[in-house]
Formats: sequence, structure tokens, C-alpha cells
Amino acid sequence: MSVATATVSGRVTPKLSLDRRYLPVIGTVVVFLLMLLVGGVRYENFLSPAVISNLFINNAHLIVLATGMTFVILTGGIDLSVGAVLALSSVITATLLQAGIPLIIVLPVALLAGSVIGLGMGVMIQYFEVQPFVATLAGMFLARGLCFIFAPQSVPIRDQGFVSLTNWGLTVGRWRLTAAVVIALLVVVGALWVLHRTRFGRTVYAVGGGEQSATLMGLRVARTKVLVYVISGTCASLAGILFAMFSRSGYALTGVGMELDAIAAVVIGGTLLVGGMGFVAGSLVGVMVLGLIQTIITFEGTLSSWWTKIVIGVLLLVFVILQRILSLRRT
Amino acid sequence: MIASTPQQRPTAATEAEHQPTSPIVQMSGITVEFPGVKALENVDFRLFPGEVHALMGENGAGKSTLIKALTGVNQIASGSITVNATPIRFSGPADARENGISTVYQEVNLCTNLTVAENIMLGSEPRRFGGLDWRSMRRQAAVFLKRMGLNIDPGSSLGSHSLAVQQLVAISRAMVVDAKVLILDEPTSSLDTDEVEQLFAVMRQLREDGVAILFVSHFLDQIYAISDRITILRNGALVEERLTGELPQRELVSLMIAGTSDATVGQVIERNVVSARKSDAKPLLQAVGLGRKGAVQPFDLELYPGEVIGMAGLLGSGRTELARLLYGADKADEGSIQLHGVQAKLRTPRQALGHKIAYTSEDRKGEGVIGDLSVAENIILGLQAARGWTRPLPATKAAQVVDAYIKALGVRPANPQALLKNLSGGNQQKVLLARWLATAPKLLLLDEPTRGIDIGAKTEIMNLVSELAEQGMSVVFISAELEEVLRLSDRIVVMRDHTKVAEIPSSQDVDVPRLIEIIATGEENT
Ligand SMILES: Nc1ncnc2c1ncn2[C@@H]1O[C@H](COP(=O)(O)OP(=O)(O)OP(=O)(O)O)[C@@H](O)[C@H]1O
Ligand SMILES: [Mg+2]
Repeated sequence: MSVATATVSGRVTPKLSLDRRYLPVIGTVVVFLLMLLVGGVRYENFLSPAVISNLFINNAHLIVLATGMTFVILTGGIDLSVGAVLALSSVITATLLQAGIPLIIVLPVALLAGSVIGLGMGVMIQYFEVQPFVATLAGMFLARGLCFIFAPQSVPIRDQGFVSLTNWGLTVGRWRLTAAVVIALLVVVGALWVLHRTRFGRTVYAVGGGEQSATLMGLRVARTKVLVYVISGTCASLAGILFAMFSRSGYALTGVGMELDAIAAVVIGGTLLVGGMGFVAGSLVGVMVLGLIQTIITFEGTLSSWWTKIVIGVLLLVFVILQRILSLRRT
Repeated sequence: MIASTPQQRPTAATEAEHQPTSPIVQMSGITVEFPGVKALENVDFRLFPGEVHALMGENGAGKSTLIKALTGVNQIASGSITVNATPIRFSGPADARENGISTVYQEVNLCTNLTVAENIMLGSEPRRFGGLDWRSMRRQAAVFLKRMGLNIDPGSSLGSHSLAVQQLVAISRAMVVDAKVLILDEPTSSLDTDEVEQLFAVMRQLREDGVAILFVSHFLDQIYAISDRITILRNGALVEERLTGELPQRELVSLMIAGTSDATVGQVIERNVVSARKSDAKPLLQAVGLGRKGAVQPFDLELYPGEVIGMAGLLGSGRTELARLLYGADKADEGSIQLHGVQAKLRTPRQALGHKIAYTSEDRKGEGVIGDLSVAENIILGLQAARGWTRPLPATKAAQVVDAYIKALGVRPANPQALLKNLSGGNQQKVLLARWLATAPKLLLLDEPTRGIDIGAKTEIMNLVSELAEQGMSVVFISAELEEVLRLSDRIVVMRDHTKVAEIPSSQDVDVPRLIEIIATGEENT
């Protein structure tokens, strides 16, 4: 029987020079670099530290939203509530600060609001078998409604501690990093670690690859599926705080449709909507691509800002088709 | 499987003598109900440490359900379970695994989007600085793979491997936890003799170490080679528990199959092979120098109407790959195919279907059955696709076809409206087969069509195939079971290392040992 053993070990497994899984992300990075190049050639001062710094500063909240969204989409779910939760947490922050409650209490409360809403949606999805689309749509209406109960009008933030936090920044030459950007990047690094270095993170991928299989493998599927919504909710409320730092106010109507930006960034970043495939790093680049479109249109000057939406739409389409082709090739 | 030599079971006799007094797992009066079906009724089952206990029964008898009742996947309507004499109800596979019950479920239940290493180690992964330690994870996975005789890159993604490798990976995963109880639900269904031997060696070692092993297989040879005790289920009820050494094979079969005298089981129509091809017959399909890099070396092959071509070779020898080329599932990068003497383009399965070429995949879960559709819809699917979606099949005609095949293949439950995912593994396989038979193809490529099918149904299927050939269908029959291949085929193609090494007419002087020799040496004349 030695003959056969030799054959078994000699079994040909198709070796790819480059792992297919990275192709979509690499595609996004290439698009991003191309856009930088085109912008740099077309406009003066485009590739300046100030412009790049602003790219991060203006999109810090979106980076955090997209990071949380990546967890959910990796399991094959979706979270439509994040835009509303962002608004809710910014409104909670602003009203509580206005009421004179100390920052050290306000921030955890605002954060927790998102976690609790995420937990509720996760439980609905996992234990009551509500479609993620429906459950998070309900969460979105709930959070948006709560915003108006807290404050129908825009609430300015004048709290000393908060303002000084907002003003904090690192300046190296003409590069600038705000507290919000630092927090956003820390969230990305944390997410990378969780997704690639913990059992929970790998279970997120396993659930996206096949929920039944993951269950039979003895992985904690139910807990994982609830937790990703808690993470996404918490990220959303953190993004709300970052947005409040950015605008120095809380307003019930902020972040309308922002959940769609987050989803777009994740998809452009190469994460499959069916789950199981994708990277947080991709989502970060996805946000940068969205931001860069906006920057280019500003630089163009004559174009209306609605062109941003059109370009995002086209890019999304291209990326989804690209993914489709890739996944077809795989089978 | 290939080697039908009786294995000696050194431990069986001694096992019986000083049988451990207390079972590690004891299930009593287990009843499991699904909407409209009682899958198990009042079943008792016990498992002793240091024994291999075979669970036997026809497709749909309730074997997998009993296993899932134990590990908490299926809810128990009534009955009790004790493990080590303590009553227990597991909340699910995770719970069971943590309590020392390690299970390989029927069908490969792993995540194809993760790496091989993760699929093996996840849940017991090594850690470093509080996070997963990928390097030692891969290293440890390699050790478990090696134990199963696999030498693949643990860092590769699971989806890039064949079904057999995936099954071995699933078994490796079960070995990772220090289990007191190991459950293997049809672990050998897509394995080859040598891989089965490798698995048995590991199982014997575990048995020595006192592990209790529950083993399910439809291969009687394997049951007699490895098991010490047999429990037989029939229609969701317990028939009997016996020591293997005291239960003759014929009696086992008649206990499994209700209402048949044991003589009729396993009787296959002897095919009248010589007359199948007329001397002036023209080939239906002619492959000339057909090949694909990394999959199959260029080969020539002629298929005649009314002929069954058997395909023998080890798993991974290129059998499946060859069939996929003929079906257009993979594109050939050299050579050509002629149909009825005319150059034909077979670049997609759709084109092949247009030429009335059908292919049943060995990977029924991955590319075959659709769990959320009913049995009837699954059967009609192929027929409908062949007609084109604009011309729906008349309902009465569809019902007729469905009923005919449910009867012919003995699909159970015989309810066309049952959802396919609720059928037992073997019954799903029958439905998949029915789908392609219903299209009345001119050329039928069968890749391991009897995988996971019980012995009674196997006979039915083989008879059906030979009948179809008699009516003029050309059949390519791929199977790891050489006896089946020999019994059914007019000619046998032997594959080895992705190369067609021999093509021999099936005749009196070709028997199983001779075929094994050709497979092993790759030489026709010795
Ligand atoms: N989820 C379910 N819903 C409804 N019926 C089910 C479900 N799971 C199993 N059954 C039914 O229970 C019966 C026993 O199935 P089971 O899978 O245990 O058979 P088995 O003995 O493992 O057969 P095989 O040899 O084909 O694997 C079958 O009739 C099957 O249709
Ligand atoms: Mg079964």
C-alpha cells in the first residue's frame, strides 16, 4: 500500500501565485493610488500634506463606521442603523454636556447607547430570526426618533474639556493629526487584531463562510452573531462622538444616509456582501477612496457636489461586478 | 471497498470477555420528532470506552439523527442521555465538544473560506500574547494532517482542496480535542482504501487508549474490519444491538432491510457485456489529445452508445478532472472533442447539456442539491434547464417523472414536497441522481453516484444504470469501489497521477486484485 500513500501526498493542489482573497483589496488600493496620481497631475497642491491630512480629519467618523460595518457584513449581515445611531450619540453627548454633566460620565453613556441598540438588534436577528435588514431598519427608526426626543434643534457644545479634546492635535511640519483621527486609526488597528488574532474574529469569518458548518464545528455562532451588531453599534456611537468633536454640536438630523456611505466604503474595500471574505484594511481604503472623490470634486470647483454621489455609484457598480467576476472564477 | 480481505480484530474477543461494566454514553428511550416525521422512536443506544461501535441502517433510518440528538443539534422529544452516568443535555456541538465528545458530521461541515489550519485548530487554537499564534497553529495542524496521511499546506484555503481531502481535514479536526468519545458519521464515504486504512489505524490506536468510537458507514467490509459492536436501526426504531463477531454479514443485512429475504439483497443483474457494442457502431464521443494543465495529461477516449465505461484509480488520480473536461465544467487547454464524428465545442456545462451530456458531481453539497427546494423541484431542475426556462414543464408530466424516480430509487420519505435539506444524506444523493437521469441524456457521467447510499439502494441504482445502457445510453461510471466498476463496465479506464495509463476491456480474467495491480503500477502488461 506504499504506492498509494505516495500518491496521496503527491496530490496536486492548485497553487496560486497570489491569494485570490487579496485581489479586491489590491484593486481598491490601485484605484486609490490612480486617483491620487490623477489629482496630483491635474491640480496644484493636491498632493500636499494639508489635503491628505484633511482627508483623514474629514472622514474619521466614517472610518469608524465602516470598521464596525465590516464585522457585520463579514457575517453576511447588514446594519442600516449606524447613521441614526451616530446622530443619537452626538445628540446625547451635546445635551448631557449642556446639562452640565461631567465629560467622564457623558462619553460612556453616549457610547453605551449604541452598544445597547446593537445588542437589541443582534438579539432580534439571532433569537427571533428577524432579517438583519428589517431588524436594523427598525433600529434606525428607533434611534432617529430618540434623537428628536432629546433635542429637536441643534445643540452647541461648549464644555471646556470637550473643546480642549477637540482642539488637541499633532502637527509635524504641515501634517496634522486630530484626536479624532488618532482614535479612528486605533479602532482600525484594534479591529484588525480582533478579526485576525482572536477566535471571535475567525468565527466572524467562519459564520460568513457557512453558518451551519460553523455551528457544527462547535464554534460559538449565536454569540458571535449578536456581538457583531454590538460592535457595529458601539462603533457607530463612537463615530457620533467623533462627529460631535468635528462639528462641535449635536444635531438630530446628522448622518442621514451615512449608513449607505459606510456600506459603500466596505464594498468598495473588497468585502463580499454575502460574507466570509474581506478585510478591515480594505474598508479603510474604501473610505479614503470616497473621501478622495469628494476632494477631487472640490478641487474641480465647477462641478456640483452631487457628482460625488454619481462617481460613488459608478465605482460601486464597477467593484461589485469585479467581485462577481472573481467569485465566478473561483467556482 | 477494494480490499475485501477480512481484517483480524485482535481486540474484539477480549473486549467481549471483560466488557467494561459501565457505558460512557447511554441513551435511553430517545424520540426525535420533526414536523410530520418521527425520525426516532424510543431508541436505546450505549457506547463503551475502548470499543468501536457501528451504527447501521438504511438511508433515512435515523443514524445521523441519533448522533445529532446526542450532541444537542436536534431537540429530543423524550428520553434521557447520560454521560459517565450523569444525566446531561448538550446545548449544541460546542457544548458537546467541550465535554469531550468530538464529532465528524455527515457531509463535510467546514468553512471553505478559511485556511486548512483554521478549520482544524479553531476552538483549540494556540495563543501567544493573548492572540492566535498563526505559526504554531499551522505547525500543529500539519501534525494532525500528517497523522491522517495528508501532506498539504496548512496555510492553503480549504476550498481549494478536493472533497476527499476536506473529509480528511474534518477528521483531523475531530482528533484535536482530547475526546473520550469520537463520533464519525460516514467519514469514509469519499475516501479511498488507503486513506480508510490510515483512518482505521488511527481509530485502532484511539481504541487502545480507551476512546469510545461511534462509526457509521454503508460499507460492510469496513464495519467488519473495525467494529466490535453493532447497533441496527430501521425506520427510526432500534432493531438490535449485537457483538460484531457474533453477527454474520447476511443476518446483518436482513436485520437492516425490512421484509426482504437476504438472498435478494446485493443481487445485481449480470451485465451482458460482450454484446453491448456492435462491430459497426460509431462512437458517440471521441476525445483526441484532450488535456488540461495540472489536471489531466492529454488522453484519447472513445465512448460508444450502450456502453458503460468504468473509471478506476485512486482519489486525486484525475478521474473527476477527466469527467469535468468531457462535461465542459473545466476548459481543456489542448485537444478536441468530436460528437458523432463532428467537431464540438464543449466549453460550458450548458453547451454540454445541449448535447445531452449530463454530469452528477461527487460533491453533492457544494455543487449539486438545493436544500431549500423540494424533492420534486430538485428532480425537475435538470429537465427544465434542458427545455429552456421559457417552456415550463406541464405539471402532470412533472409529477409523473418525479413519482417515477422517487419509486425507482426508493427515495424516502416518498413525499415530493419535502424540502431536500430535511432528507438524509443518502436520500439526497438519490434525488441528485434522479435529476440527471430524468433528462434522459445520451451520455451520463456519474462521479461516485453511490456515495453514502445503502447497500439495497446501491443495487437498485446499478441495475438502473445498466438498464439505461441497454437502451442505448453511454455511461461513464466513476467509483472508488472496484467491484462496482468491474461488475458494471464494458471497458475500464485506469487513471494514475493525472494520466490515463490503461484502457482494458472488462473480461473474465480481470478481477479486483488485477485491477489494483494496474492502478498501483500503471502498467497493463506484467
Ligand atoms: N431537519 C429535518 N426535518 C425533517 N425531517 C428530517 C430532518 N432531519 C432528518 N429528517 C428525517 O429523519 C429521518 C432520518 O434521517 P437521518 O439523516 O438520521 O438518516 P440516516 O440514517 O443518517 O440516513 P443516511 O444513511 O442516508 O445518512 C429521515 O426520514 C429524514 O428525512
Ligand atoms: Mg446520515
